[in-house]
Amino acid sequence: MSNSLRELIDQSRKATEIIADESNQSTPNFSRRNFLAGVSTGSLVLMGKVASGRNSSESNLALANPSKVSAASFAPDLFVSIDSDGTVNALVHRSEMGTGIRTSLPRVLADELEVDWERVKIHQAKGDKKLGDQNTDGSNSIRFFFKTMRIAGATARTMLEKAAAIKWSVDAATCYAENHQIKHMGSNKSIDFGELVETAKSLDVPTPDSLKLKPRSKWKFIGKDAPITDMKEILTGKAVFGIDARMENQLFAVIARPPVVGGTVKSFDATQAKTIPGVVEVIELPRFKGAPMFQQLGGVAVCANSTWAAWQGRDALEIEWEAGENETYNSKEFAKELKATVNKPGVAMRSEGDAKSVIKNARKVISADYSVPHLSHAPMEPTCAVADVKTDAVGRVTSCHVLAATQNPQAVQQAVGPAMGVPNDDVLVNVTLLGSGFGRKSKPDYCVEAALLSRQLKRPVHVTWTREDDIKHDYYHAISAIHCEASVDDTGKPTAWLQRVAYPSIGSTFALGSDTPASWEAEMGHTDLPYSVPNLQLEVGKAKSHVRTGWLRAVCHIQQNFAVASFADELAVAAGRDQLEFLLDLLGKDRKIDLKAAKLANRGASPIEHPYDIERLKNVLRRVANNSNWVDRKSLPKGQGMGIACCRSFLGYTGHVIQVDVKKDGKLDISKVWCSIDSGTIVSPDRVHSQVEGAAIMGTSQARYGEITFKNGRAVQSNYDDYKVARMSDSPKEIFVDVVESSAAPAGVGETGIGSFAPALCNAIYAAIGKRFRDLPLKNHDLSWS
Amino acid sequence: MTLRATVVAIQNLTASKSMHRYSVMATINVNGKVLELKDVPDSTPLLWVLRDHLGLTGTKYGCGVSECGACTVHVDGEAIQSCITEVGDIGEANVVTIEGLSEDGSHPVQKAWAEHNVPQCGYCQVGQMMTAAALLKENNDPSDEEIEEGMWNICRCGTYPRIREAVKAAAKEMKK
Ligand code: FES
Ligand code: FES
Repeated sequence: MSNSLRELIDQSRKATEIIADESNQSTPNFSRRNFLAGVSTGSLVLMGKVASGRNSSESNLALANPSKVSAASFAPDLFVSIDSDGTVNALVHRSEMGTGIRTSLPRVLADELEVDWERVKIHQAKGDKKLGDQNTDGSNSIRFFFKTMRIAGATARTMLEKAAAIKWSVDAATCYAENHQIKHMGSNKSIDFGELVETAKSLDVPTPDSLKLKPRSKWKFIGKDAPITDMKEILTGKAVFGIDARMENQLFAVIARPPVVGGTVKSFDATQAKTIPGVVEVIELPRFKGAPMFQQLGGVAVCANSTWAAWQGRDALEIEWEAGENETYNSKEFAKELKATVNKPGVAMRSEGDAKSVIKNARKVISADYSVPHLSHAPMEPTCAVADVKTDAVGRVTSCHVLAATQNPQAVQQAVGPAMGVPNDDVLVNVTLLGSGFGRKSKPDYCVEAALLSRQLKRPVHVTWTREDDIKHDYYHAISAIHCEASVDDTGKPTAWLQRVAYPSIGSTFALGSDTPASWEAEMGHTDLPYSVPNLQLEVGKAKSHVRTGWLRAVCHIQQNFAVASFADELAVAAGRDQLEFLLDLLGKDRKIDLKAAKLANRGASPIEHPYDIERLKNVLRRVANNSNWVDRKSLPKGQGMGIACCRSFLGYTGHVIQVDVKKDGKLDISKVWCSIDSGTIVSPDRVHSQVEGAAIMGTSQARYGEITFKNGRAVQSNYDDYKVARMSDSPKEIFVDVVESSAAPAGVGETGIGSFAPALCNAIYAAIGKRFRDLPLKNHDLSWS
Repeated sequence: MTLRATVVAIQNLTASKSMHRYSVMATINVNGKVLELKDVPDSTPLLWVLRDHLGLTGTKYGCGVSECGACTVHVDGEAIQSCITEVGDIGEANVVTIEGLSEDGSHPVQKAWAEHNVPQCGYCQVGQMMTAAALLKENNDPSDEEIEEGMWNICRCGTYPRIREAVKAAAKEMKK
């Protein structure tokens, strides 16, 4: 997610708060549960995404679980505290959805603190803006908090060293930390961290700039693997995901939501539903108003003593819906409109030279249109949350606790607070493990549903979305069309490049009327075009959203990199050149793209830390070509072929080579996938490998099968039978991941591995059978050959 | 009968039954224990009985229609999808869930999963391991094709390459 999207959400949140204030005439008498008692915010530095909680005294564990606070511990920073037995408590404020973040961030802290990893306890933070950005998406966790974790660890270490110096009456400069002990140079004195807690507690917290961070050569954990924190719980079935979250006396709810987004309940009859054993209550949810944001969709909820009873009750409801204006939406026709839009002039987002007239006067122009349909996140665990809202005698909310599989507990606070008429900070949000998320679980509409039901029923309510609910009521990845056009010289080299995209903007989820791709969306694979072409014209066209549009892993890179890297392949073929050589030429000289001139926001990252470095992009391309023996591909028989693609995505760089085997009857095997990735400094190499492997498999799902269609405003697909995803049998047989060793600043990983996958796959298919597929997914095409 | 065929057979069986059978089963054998069931209609899928009535939440819901395998448990040693299996059909049979696969995660499949760092989010992995354990019990030397056919469960995080390796490693261990 981009920074501009963050701003957008922020603005819309403020708007909701105003609406909520207006609709909430009664002033809530909220007895604030002051979980942060004891936190000195005096020297708290909150700089946007980077939190640095200093001098927090006992607050560290209060940010995880208030009942477990130990006054005896030493807590120099929000992210770390040490108990008198030496246990190091690391607070993780990002959500675990499969990236390994509950291991990686504490490992950074632990490395700097010089701990014995066996003596580290991991705690999951509640939602609290003191912790900085908690929105676990945008492949940001390591990038945003690598330094924060190092500072937290170094702060504690420095103070322990000082405490030992006081104890031994020696100069602190002669004390150093090693493996959970402070040692003294020149003598064999050593003391365990735990024994220094009392003394360390009384010391002043050093300022970050006074700290001496460990040199890279002394890193013990950063760049080294460790099993993930939750391994044992996951493997024994004890791990608690959102669907497993329980509060005492909770009811289970399943909800019938309007089949068309923005629709409402005209009338309903719950007589049958109430005859289902276990059904306790049937409740109509408030209607949907204005832009979707993270509000509830409305509909009718059945609350029961088990998920199944609620589900059966839901299915037994008789509801008459008012479909609303989105009922006219048909995605097949809309796809045609988008194609027409990208074939007409649009609004220029980046323009260099004079592409239009060069193309007009060129002898040879090549053009192609590409498209990707709506996609659904379909995380393995559907969205689930349990909420406990307490009210006083007149129904005013007195406390609100949400326990959820959420990528962003602060967004839960921001959505639930206004819905309950309480300040956001008064919503206590605890985070479970997430059965994957891919962006869906950044959008807490399901938490609002649980809170609304709990308030009405005066007991905790757990909301489970069924898979059908998940696929039919998603915040969908936008349907898109991309037009690419280039004039080429006699050698086939592009002299001008015109590219136009159109798709509903994610902005439409936050502001009605938003109907053009935003610059931060265009920058994911479109306006950040890495090619060196003298004349460039990169435009966007209008597209209205008729569904909730959201961000899905890799976001606009999905469609834009697909087009850009497919088109490069088409140009190489037209020029009769080797694709790798052609691409390297197209990327041009080693250089750093002038971000300002190209009007690129670079995800808010500094051009010093995260330059747009063409040399690095070419490097991954060369490496992946080398690893895959690209030069030998000519010896493959017909039906087999290799394709190549690259991209910069979420500040990381990837190159993919894919080898396919297409049988005469059109059956496709993805035999081998090679990926080289450069995401700068790596904390957990194995988790980078696993995420890039996973990206190849998600890329397979998207390219082969991914398609949500809408008829009369209703999603046609409903479960994994008609929204197919890759299984082992149709996934790549072998995946080889090559992680570039780098000391550059950490960049994204989770989403980075998606962008160049689909184009490399389609380029491989073209190489194998000579058929070019420009409209995903592949399931709609005939791959047979003779 | 392949695992997939078993699933389909059970699906057909359950589909033929009425949705509302309220004769109430009194007990069920799970993980070697006889557990009491209170007010659970026979037509309730085993999955929800395990999760919501017995508090055994290790078994997961992913699709409810026998497409994903997240809910896989063993009934008399055979892997079945608990989301489409009515509890009334279990009778006296022995149900084994992840909580009973081993006491402490020491089943060869669990060990192999840990060694290969298989899980990403981990949500599908219980079902994957239950499928693998049953597969290896029937065939302790599966070929690549047999692994591909047998390990049909969905993993949205994309852990298939690791699962493939872990199944092979567990097979080796189980042959010893
Ligand atoms: S939940 Fe049973 S197979 Fe998916
Ligand atoms: S590990 Fe996440 S779904 Fe399989």
